[in-house]
Amino acid sequence: MDRRTFLKKTALAAGLVLVPMGRSGYAALNAATNNKRLVVVFLRGAVDGLNVVVPHGDARYYEARPTLAIPASGADGVFDLDGHFGLHPALVGIVPQWQDGTLAFVHACGSPDPTRSHFDAQDYMESGTPGVKNTVDGWMNRLLAELSAPHRPMQALSLGPTLPRILRGRMTVANLPLGRAAARPMPLDRPPVTAAFNRLYNGNDVLSRAYREGQTTRRELFTDLQHDMAMADNGAPTAVGFAGDTKRLAQLMTQDSSVQLAFLALGGWDTHVNQGAAQGQLANHLKPLADGLAVLAKGLGPTFSDTVILVISEFGRTVRENGNAGTDHGHGNVMWVMGGAVQGRKVYGEWPGLAEESLYQQRDLAVTTDFRSVIGAVMMRHLRLDARQVERVLPGMPTANPGLTGIIRA
Amino acid sequence: MGLVAVLLLAGNTTDAAPLSETARVLHVLNRLGYGPRPGDIERVKAMGVEHYIDMQLSPDSIPLPKHLKDRLASLETLEMTPVQLFLEYRPVLDRRGNKRPDREAVKAQRERARIVMTQAGQARLLRAIDSPAQLEEVMTDFWYNHFNVFAGKGLDYLWAGAYEQAAIRPYALGRFRDLLGATAHHPAMLFYLDNWQNTAPGSPGARGKFQGLNENYARELMELHTLGVEGGYTQQDVIALARILTGWGIRRRDSADGGEYGFHFDAKRHDFSDKIFLGHAIKGSGRDEGEQALDILAAAPATAHHISYQLAQYFVADNPDPALVDALAKRFSETGGDIRAVLKTLFDSAAFRQSESVGNKFKTPYEYVVSAIRATGQPVSNVRPLSGMLIQLGEPLYACQTPDGYKSTQDAWLNPDAMMRRLSFVTALASGRLPLAAPMDENDARPRRLLGGAAVRVDETTSGSSPAVAAVRLTATLGNAFSKQTIAAVAAAPEQLRASLILGSPEFMRR
Repeated sequence: MDRRTFLKKTALAAGLVLVPMGRSGYAALNAATNNKRLVVVFLRGAVDGLNVVVPHGDARYYEARPTLAIPASGADGVFDLDGHFGLHPALVGIVPQWQDGTLAFVHACGSPDPTRSHFDAQDYMESGTPGVKNTVDGWMNRLLAELSAPHRPMQALSLGPTLPRILRGRMTVANLPLGRAAARPMPLDRPPVTAAFNRLYNGNDVLSRAYREGQTTRRELFTDLQHDMAMADNGAPTAVGFAGDTKRLAQLMTQDSSVQLAFLALGGWDTHVNQGAAQGQLANHLKPLADGLAVLAKGLGPTFSDTVILVISEFGRTVRENGNAGTDHGHGNVMWVMGGAVQGRKVYGEWPGLAEESLYQQRDLAVTTDFRSVIGAVMMRHLRLDARQVERVLPGMPTANPGLTGIIRA
Repeated sequence: MGLVAVLLLAGNTTDAAPLSETARVLHVLNRLGYGPRPGDIERVKAMGVEHYIDMQLSPDSIPLPKHLKDRLASLETLEMTPVQLFLEYRPVLDRRGNKRPDREAVKAQRERARIVMTQAGQARLLRAIDSPAQLEEVMTDFWYNHFNVFAGKGLDYLWAGAYEQAAIRPYALGRFRDLLGATAHHPAMLFYLDNWQNTAPGSPGARGKFQGLNENYARELMELHTLGVEGGYTQQDVIALARILTGWGIRRRDSADGGEYGFHFDAKRHDFSDKIFLGHAIKGSGRDEGEQALDILAAAPATAHHISYQLAQYFVADNPDPALVDALAKRFSETGGDIRAVLKTLFDSAAFRQSESVGNKFKTPYEYVVSAIRATGQPVSNVRPLSGMLIQLGEPLYACQTPDGYKSTQDAWLNPDAMMRRLSFVTALASGRLPLAAPMDENDARPRRLLGGAAVRVDETTSGSSPAVAAVRLTATLGNAFSKQTIAAVAAAPEQLRASLILGSPEFMRR
């Protein structure tokens, strides 16, 4: 059975009526609302930034990593970026973005908090308040509040079956499951069932609000699905995994101008053992990431010029490899900044070097750029928030970092 | 009598200040277990709620019903040790230890091994639904998450179920030190957090991938399992503990001392120097250093506090009262970490019994799915629709990737898509369209995206479906504890959707 027939059959089996609604109601943004987008991709588990953007010009890198280092040249070597840094060869999928100037990196970037706990570090990066544990909401939720006037359904979207800390808070946020499960019809889609539950969840309590956001998202999804069915490439195998998810995200973002903030997470970066070098475990995770980001960039089409994509991770990993051909929890890392508005083809940030005396606690890459400075620059120059708004999203953020000047095109 | 009349006559509302007897019984059934089954409220009332709590605290005194015992006995991989599981289901390798030789053979063995996780998941769900020792099930889930192992990492697809059987379940209401020790020695944990490779640099056994320290387990052992992230340890303590645990690894072959389900201490890879750990001098002596470290960790006041906080969060409120946490920590310390005693203090506390604590916990997907099945009283022989639902809701069995395990808080689980999926699930369940009574084909080796079951579509109509659920009976099972809004919405719904609405109500979303 081809995909079209499958979709028709399942839709019929569920007695589902595909009603195109919702989109037109939200499509028209009022003039005061800007159309800038932000996508955040969180690499959970602490990606080894030194093997993502490799300091191949630093001899100490090779001394510290006898089996894990990526060579400066050769078949398994880095893709040279600027003579000092080079890209992991598994990331070749995003080289076109580097070359056309829409991809930048900020190296030695991270949190001012010293924790090496995954969970605390992720928590701080998502709350946007390093060292402060009692922040109840996530910075993307606070950002949504600043962008919303009034709030539109689907304005913020998370991919995945649960809502991440970064998007939790008083603003309602939509979420979509990953993979093909998203588009599968379910009993609640049937009008009589919807009508019955609408009476149950018509209040202003958290459950009712989640319910209504869920209903809107499903309507949007089915309009998207219908569009999908009409597309010329129908029947072609759908991309799976991360690239499948970024493809769907790109479709939603291009077809529904409501989606302004989006979030995805990817795991599998906690490489204590058998990390691999040019090939192996880390490489096997980097390749789909790069390919998925390339799919997102391409799929966004003209919208890409209004989009910034940030790729972040809670901390970096030890400069020296450990005894199991892996790396342990470290400190400074690299942040990726991508999009049409980005002044790319440049590695930003002050490079502290890998000399013993420059390392954080004699073992880790030091942090010279607070991760909040990068987000702050994106909020100010790309999303056009004023200083007071930025302060509400990231309270106590360090003052503007001159090293990041120009990272977003004026 | 019509449904509305039944609901109104009962007149229970969830916001009444002093708890009625029914409300109190319902609260205990919701917190010490996965909610009432038909007739449970009356049974607990008849025996007295205090007596019920005491019984639950002594699960060994509660016999399992014969049908459940027989079902569990039929799951032949359930009682196998990690060594047996490894020998029977290990990956096919060539002489040089590569997986490459024969792709088909590798694949076939992997398919064959799937039965191990399938049966573990079956046992877990059948017990949660059917076991009268409900608190034991709740605590098994609680501790599994506390000492989480991800079955998707390497060989843990063979061992995660055995880990629950041997390292978690027997100690769920016992002594914390025993539980801690059992997890620390189990191959599933040693593999998951990499300690099996943790090696003293330059030791006689150091070679290949076993060259040096690995901090992974040492850090999580303190951060998650015992002291808590603010428990007062330093990076130096992490390194000291990693050195203490060098050589703690896995035996994969049967041998004379193959007890302890495959634990093996490799002295040749151990760091025999003296250490300072959390201010204690630990003499370099071998395996016993690790036991000393576990003693220190289990007895630390920070551990008592950390465990108490988590128990209070699970059983009472997402943000538990610090006074309650302190009282539990005191009990934990004075009893040497007696979990049963701490729970007794918790269940006796005013914080647990006050009306504000009733119905204030948003159910996890696991709690929601299991409690819904229990409320309908439907017999389950096929758990695939349930394990599939858990995948859709983001809580697949044995498949939490990170060592912190699944959370029990509303923040973690309430989201728009989850509402859609929960309501769809109970709609299919209540209308009898889940194939729960179909025979479970354990050898079904169709590819699965995740462990433990297939994502069976809830809109599928399949043979083996169960009968539709009667709304009137359901409201009685659940103690008629519904708000006016819910009562009105149920009354306005067509007859065949009323049970769905009851199971999909805000009251049933919470426990």
